[in-house]
Amino acid sequence: MNFDDTPQEAAFRAEARAWIAANAPKQYEEELRKSSLGRTQLKNANILEVARAWQKKKADAGWACLHWPKEYGGRGASPIERVIWQQEEGPYGRLSAMFIIGHGMCGPTMMAFAREEHKRHYLPPLASGEKIWCQLFSEPAGGSDVAGLRTRAEKKGDDWIINGQKIWTSGAHYSDYGILLTRTDPAVPKHKGLTMFFLDMKSPGVEVRPIKQASGQSDFNEVYFTDIRIPDHQRLGEVNDGWNVSLTTLMNERMSIGAGVATGFPELFEFCNNLMLEDGPAIEDRSVRSRLANYAVKASGLKYTSMRAISALSKGERPGPENSIGKLVAGSMIQEVAMYALDLQGAAGVVSGPEDAELAGKFQAMLLRAPGTRVEGGTDEIMRNIIAERVLGLPGDIRVDKDVPFNQIPTKGRS
Amino acid sequence: MNFDFSDEQKQMRDEARKFLSEQCPPKAVRAVLDGEAAYDKDLWKGLAEMGFLGVAIPEQFGGAGAGHLELCVIAEEMGRALAPVPFSSTVYLAAEALMLAGSDAQKRKWLPKIAAGEAIGTLALFEGKGNPSPKVIKLTASGDSLNGTKKPVPDGAIADFAVVAARTGSTGRDADISLFLVDLKGGGVEVKELTNIDPTRGQAEIIFSNARAEPLGATGEGWGIISQVLDRAAVLLAFEQVGGADRALEMGRDYALDRIAFGRPIGSFQAVKHILADMYVSATLARSNCYYGAWALSTNAAELPEAAAAARISATQAFQHCAKNNIQVHGGMGFTWEFDCHMYYRRANATALGLGSLSYWEDALIDRMRKKNAA
Repeated sequence: MNFDDTPQEAAFRAEARAWIAANAPKQYEEELRKSSLGRTQLKNANILEVARAWQKKKADAGWACLHWPKEYGGRGASPIERVIWQQEEGPYGRLSAMFIIGHGMCGPTMMAFAREEHKRHYLPPLASGEKIWCQLFSEPAGGSDVAGLRTRAEKKGDDWIINGQKIWTSGAHYSDYGILLTRTDPAVPKHKGLTMFFLDMKSPGVEVRPIKQASGQSDFNEVYFTDIRIPDHQRLGEVNDGWNVSLTTLMNERMSIGAGVATGFPELFEFCNNLMLEDGPAIEDRSVRSRLANYAVKASGLKYTSMRAISALSKGERPGPENSIGKLVAGSMIQEVAMYALDLQGAAGVVSGPEDAELAGKFQAMLLRAPGTRVEGGTDEIMRNIIAERVLGLPGDIRVDKDVPFNQIPTKGRS
Repeated sequence: MNFDFSDEQKQMRDEARKFLSEQCPPKAVRAVLDGEAAYDKDLWKGLAEMGFLGVAIPEQFGGAGAGHLELCVIAEEMGRALAPVPFSSTVYLAAEALMLAGSDAQKRKWLPKIAAGEAIGTLALFEGKGNPSPKVIKLTASGDSLNGTKKPVPDGAIADFAVVAARTGSTGRDADISLFLVDLKGGGVEVKELTNIDPTRGQAEIIFSNARAEPLGATGEGWGIISQVLDRAAVLLAFEQVGGADRALEMGRDYALDRIAFGRPIGSFQAVKHILADMYVSATLARSNCYYGAWALSTNAAELPEAAAAARISATQAFQHCAKNNIQVHGGMGFTWEFDCHMYYRRANATALGLGSLSYWEDALIDRMRKKNAA
């Protein structure tokens, strides 16, 4: 049992480290290091531009999408090399936020289902950040129940005509392309009538409207489709097999390991180390220490769970399902951490303006953004279902709509 | 990176699991629970024959000389099986104290006997309510004789010898405490069994009246040794706790798959599924913290105090969480004497206290993290 690299891993790490040291945008390092949930902006620069420049630089030198094949813009690296890269990239990895969906979900789906000429055309600029992709799955009537989506695709000659609405689409406002899950047959049960496409987000009939979140920011969008036209060669997978295609996408979302999920603990520990309460330093207060210890063991538990997964990768094994716990644990923890940090500030905890608030309102911003982390990318409840069903082997929910044609499923609760 | 046990260590775990599933089925645990014996003597002998008691004891003292990682995998299996034997007191506390601070003669006297299953040892630290602290130690040593009372002493009623923490100074500092070895079969020792929440591992009160003792380690260094022993034992016991937590989770899962209510397996209800998913989460977090503790223990890393506290807290929480919710998933049947759920509940709550309670370790963890932060 050790934390040591193999000789090959050490050589790769040294190479990555040297390249990063010579090329990373160091002027932003401190700011990126200090960024936290609900607070990832740069004071004197547009973070999107900085992110795109960094991604392009990486791509030109062969450090983008490391695990992708070279012909599609990657490096053909092993999973463990990808993790080592992430470790070495450190705070600069936060610049990848706008590419995560494209690289983590859209790219792998294209790789598995698109025609060869499309892969060669679309994947390299996706890897280099020159083109940004979004994922159009969720709908007002289909969030956790994504197979309940209603956006229609109807065949007209060699094209498909799309009408409907998506919601919670991250980055749609700056995306060039998207992968889109649609309903092609409403007369069969819901999972059996879906088809996947990719589309140009600049197509006529696509309208993107930002959603103002409860936190006041706008990271997500609604996307409306009115009679947009997608050629059949942009279909991913067979007609009506879109559910299986989407499972590939979602599987890839959950396979990303080693990036480290934010728990808020390092920030809280640092805060408590410097905070004076009425009776003395907060860190010497028994109740504060008890709370901190509870958060500490969750944070370290997640860290070492991810180390175990990395070790499995290093040995060429597939990591076990234990990684599905990361988002579930961190999501609710960061919310509790933020609430507790405000509690320790007493009445002043209410103040959130960067000029007046403690630590420029870091924990207040975290608090307001936190509810979203427990919903996005699979709610806490869906994550628990996944653990219960796929890890523990418990039976699936009894689905009353499973064998019912989609167009006969009730759409209203109380009526 | 290889943050995992080796194939050989995993093989040893499989051997231990197989051995314990044959030699320590629930009915063997029940025999001790029901008071038919103070501990399972046959199992204890068997563990010695398998080499498990001396797995971390050097070969020159009769052990297998394998190491602490090997002991961790055995500990996990002992916890899983709820082995009703004085393993934690003898192996994690007494043997570790001897290996840390014993003279060559002391090691030669006791360690081979421990490895052979011929001697049971324990650590007599507590004196009533309170957590580990030099302040709570009132038992005095003068020359080679001890006077005072220790309780609770784990497995004290069946132990052959004890490492006893005694007061040898009154400066109010850690240096007031020294350790002694006492042959509990000798004179001046009165032992009383204490009824406790987990009868499968005994607790006792021991009254020392001019009991003959020999120093273990130098005078005034007792507290330093105890701290190290507690850190080591915290990691090892945490593995027992994780083993117990995993087993409680499996029991709950299996019951949820088999039990039908409202016309369907209860494991298909989200209310039940989510309880079990949360049990899995806590057990997984604990296991990962334990692995880090195992690494720190086996390499004698500077991180051991912090890693041990984290493993201890996380594993205590996980075992308590899994054991209580295993009963919840079982419903009424889980609250019967007949079902095994309460044995895990008892063990979970007893092990939560043995080396100092959760709040003690929480405090210790933050202390240790602070020191690292300041350094």
